[in-house]
Amino acid sequence: MNLRKLGLAALCLALPLSATVAEDSYPSKPVNYIIPFGPGGESDITARHQQPYFKEMFGQDLVISYKPGGGGAVGWSQLNGMKGDGYTIMGINLPHIIIKPQQKDVGFTTEDIAGVYMFHYTPDALVVTEDSPFKTLQDVVDYAKENPGKLTLSGSGKGTANHLAQIRFDQMAGIKTTYVAFKGTGKAVTALLGDQVLAEWGYTSVGAAHEGKVRLLAVAMEERHPKFPDVPTFKELGFDLVGGAYRGIAVPKSTPEEIQVQLSEMIGKINADPDFRARMENDGMALLDIDRADYQAFIDKQAEAYIAAAREAGVIE
Amino acid sequence: MPGFEYLLDALTPLNILLALGGVIAGTVIGSLPGLTATMAVAVLVPVTFSMAPASALILMGAIYTGAIYGGAYAAILLNTPGTPSAIATTFDGFPMAKRGDGDLAVTLACLASVSGGLVGAAFLLVLAPPLATVALAFGPVEYFWLAVFGLTLISALSEGNLLKGLIGACFGLLLSGVGVAEISADVRFTFGSQVLLGGIETVSALIGLYCIPVLIDLVATPDRHLKVTHAPRGFRLAEALAISWRHKWNLLRSSVIGTLVGILPGAGGSIAGLVAYSEARRVSPRREHFGQGEPEGVQATESANNATVGGGFIPTLVLGIPGTPPDAVILGALLIQGVRTGPNLFTEEGSIVYTFIYGLFLATILMLPAGLVIGRYAYKTIVTVPKAMLVPTVAFMTLIGTYSIRNSVSDVIIMITLGVVGWILNRVGFSPSPIVLGLILGRIAEQGFVQAWTIGAATENLTGMFFGRPISLGIIAFIALSLFYPLVRARWVGRRRKIDAD
Repeated sequence: MNLRKLGLAALCLALPLSATVAEDSYPSKPVNYIIPFGPGGESDITARHQQPYFKEMFGQDLVISYKPGGGGAVGWSQLNGMKGDGYTIMGINLPHIIIKPQQKDVGFTTEDIAGVYMFHYTPDALVVTEDSPFKTLQDVVDYAKENPGKLTLSGSGKGTANHLAQIRFDQMAGIKTTYVAFKGTGKAVTALLGDQVLAEWGYTSVGAAHEGKVRLLAVAMEERHPKFPDVPTFKELGFDLVGGAYRGIAVPKSTPEEIQVQLSEMIGKINADPDFRARMENDGMALLDIDRADYQAFIDKQAEAYIAAAREAGVIE
Repeated sequence: MPGFEYLLDALTPLNILLALGGVIAGTVIGSLPGLTATMAVAVLVPVTFSMAPASALILMGAIYTGAIYGGAYAAILLNTPGTPSAIATTFDGFPMAKRGDGDLAVTLACLASVSGGLVGAAFLLVLAPPLATVALAFGPVEYFWLAVFGLTLISALSEGNLLKGLIGACFGLLLSGVGVAEISADVRFTFGSQVLLGGIETVSALIGLYCIPVLIDLVATPDRHLKVTHAPRGFRLAEALAISWRHKWNLLRSSVIGTLVGILPGAGGSIAGLVAYSEARRVSPRREHFGQGEPEGVQATESANNATVGGGFIPTLVLGIPGTPPDAVILGALLIQGVRTGPNLFTEEGSIVYTFIYGLFLATILMLPAGLVIGRYAYKTIVTVPKAMLVPTVAFMTLIGTYSIRNSVSDVIIMITLGVVGWILNRVGFSPSPIVLGLILGRIAEQGFVQAWTIGAATENLTGMFFGRPISLGIIAFIALSLFYPLVRARWVGRRRKIDAD
């Protein structure tokens, strides 16, 4: 009897052990990668870039699916209810996961999101058409100073990277401009190209996708973008504006710590691939390496700037 | 013809196989309510990584074309638009099926879809660069007026019952405001509920409002689903060809409308079908019969929505601006392939573009035999399957289809709720179409209005913004025509009668 009990106890001890052994070979089946936006957007495209490298490096498929709605809120509010076994991961976007929970109850808070890696950002850029009379950033500032409120700028959504860039830049330059929100970057570019607005708060990727039809006046990066060596940074021109739409990957909170660490390393490995980097940069993206250990500090730092700008603009109370 | 030398490149055995396979798969996917063209194309993207860009485009274009056509089956046979593009197909398609002409309607839809697809592809081949400027000429205010124009269709759809039509439309407009607002990011009408956060998704609303009432009625009444009066009559191809030839101008007009609306990035297949339908109805001598099973109505919608495929590719390839939601996915796939779209694509990468356009022609032509056969099969299945099988199968499909749109249980709850509401409203004389129009057009109108107002106020020229732009004025003229034509016409006919009587 005692022996049997002992055996049972040994078995109980052994079971979780064997489970850990199995997890050493993570990933052992396809990983579901949920994008909380619709197909065809930039979040989708960057995930698609990662897809073949994941398969090549780790031998398993990265299966992309979509859960759009509420500007990402529908997906993020359900993330922690999903199975935390490392086979469900979800794209996360900044400033969305910081601003949205501040606005109203959207079913999740910024702290709820267990981010494992921020892998790139699309830097903000001030974009004009090729034939625009604005040749430099100074031209734009001068026009806005002479005509307060009359400078119309398109951008994607409210409380977004574009919108916050407009607010922050207006403060720094001491100007007043009019921001016109469109649904998605594609529509904001269309409005610019169709001369419905005078300029656009867009991204470096807009410059890459519409080469020859648009010009970037400045980019919000620490250093110039390798694809646009002639475009100055805002910093060079005296404005401390660095930022954009940051993208990363999160897991359900219940995911075991060692798998979270492993995932973080895996995404870092894809990010380090020179071929992957070249393709991303050619699309106008800028790579970023914030792993799981640095994630929280990074979010806290970004949140400070975003929330101040959003409060200033009345996007949040 | 430009790029004619690439015709042979398009006709390799692999490309023919991809085009045929794509059209068949697309037709089947499109016929299932909830599985949209966008989904079908998105699922395929990883498969296309390993292909040559032109072949990848042909496959995606073929699936897309097939899915738009496939949407007609559910519209005609189940009164459920399989995709939003097929909303107006239900108006006359389902009454035709009800009276036993479902086979004829399906064949007509196939012929119309092929014609529309060919016209759209022809515009893409010959006039793409100049036509792409249309996409840019349409600003926020033009979309606002276009949506208002679409709303005027309610007066035509609810003739004799205008008040109920307007109440339905207002309900739809309210529904369009639910959830996180698309451009202002305000959270509206959610009553604190997570279910409503994502808003009312259009396709799940379509399934709820159109399909669920049909299912409830099927269970509640002892009649057969569709009337079958004759022995099988084959495809009824000769009959359908004769009707198509008689209404060739309708087909051509609707196809051109479809192409032009397809070019507009903010509009899409649903609006193309509705505008073509309303124009066909306005011009037709048999206008009183529209809505009761008039073949012209099916032809107008189906040719217009398939023309949006070619039309939508125009801004996608020339400007890098997706004309329709599936185009956005295709554009993303091209980006990953390293193909840069833009004005130079047609000159520098002619081999890709022209091979693809000829491939699109090929796929559209292959849709004729494939579509006829699948359509025949779909019709026979729906007609012969006993009700005890049909109802649970379709009910199951609506649940799966609704869930799959956004992988969301909330959408399923909303779909069922709207279905029950729709059934009750149907009983008291409200039809689902005004509600759906309000839902779809409300968003477009709201965004256009807010953006136009913001720009107009900033430039201190609100009147000029709304009433001073040539394209806007053109659309306003059409709105006036659409609103007052029935009145003027009635008076004119009345006077004629009086003169005749004298």
